[in-house]
Amino acid sequence: MSPLEAVPLWIAIPVAILVVLGSTLTLIGALGFARLASFYDRLHAPTLATSWGTGGIIIASALMFSVLEGRAVIHEFVIGLCIVVTTPVTLMMLARAALHRDRAEGSDALPPGLLARPEKNAPGE
Amino acid sequence: MTRLIPHPVLSLSMVMLWLMLTRFSLGYLILGTALSLVAGRAYSALHPAKPRVRRWRAIPRLAATLFRDIVQSNITVARLLLIEGRGTRRSAFIQVPLTITDENALAVLAIILTATPGTAWLEYVVETGTLTLHIFDAAQEAHYREMIGQIYEPMLMEIFE
Repeated sequence: MSPLEAVPLWIAIPVAILVVLGSTLTLIGALGFARLASFYDRLHAPTLATSWGTGGIIIASALMFSVLEGRAVIHEFVIGLCIVVTTPVTLMMLARAALHRDRAEGSDALPPGLLARPEKNAPGE
Repeated sequence: MTRLIPHPVLSLSMVMLWLMLTRFSLGYLILGTALSLVAGRAYSALHPAKPRVRRWRAIPRLAATLFRDIVQSNITVARLLLIEGRGTRRSAFIQVPLTITDENALAVLAIILTATPGTAWLEYVVETGTLTLHIFDAAQEAHYREMIGQIYEPMLMEIFE
């Protein structure tokens, strides 16, 4: 008998829904990442995975192990916190690198108003 | 007090994190506290802009709004991705003038906009206070402008400024 059979139905159903939801959103994000044409569009697809994709799986995990072990298992939320806090750093770095490159090349991916940085350069850059 | 514990909130959250990752026991509590105090002092050596949270009460409201927005925009963006190529979706660059200037408030806004699918933070220019965003669906431009200007900015102002 696998340990999973000990999971009562009332907890198995929400856990299953959350896991399927989280993994489906991550899959949709990954598909979008592969199919979208422009770099800036592609910045958006993985955010599905880093928001509810991760969120659904984390909540499901916390729920299931809290019930199985009979105590609050919440360390999964640390993963969520770290993802939420660190994603903007990488996304911004990628976005600004792309912006910098497109400006240097005068790329037509950018609208004319964006080809120059608004005003002069900020200090410390 | 300030010299010994320069960042009480940061240190306290680190103790909480430490206890969440380990099993609660007195030994771990002491070790975690010692580590978080050292980390707090190391952090203050970086001379960050010290966050002054003025109203804690606004934080749960911000979290609730954010939670709802994340759910909604997850649905919107997932649908747009599934009909990609068949719909008439166009993405757009928009520039939003910001009134908040506090570094910590800006950092929280960056987290909010990144966590919400559909908006990507491209650049913020300090002198002009202009934020450049890339939005996935140009049709929602007015919605995002309102969301930032009318909802999140006033809340962040209330919390930090």
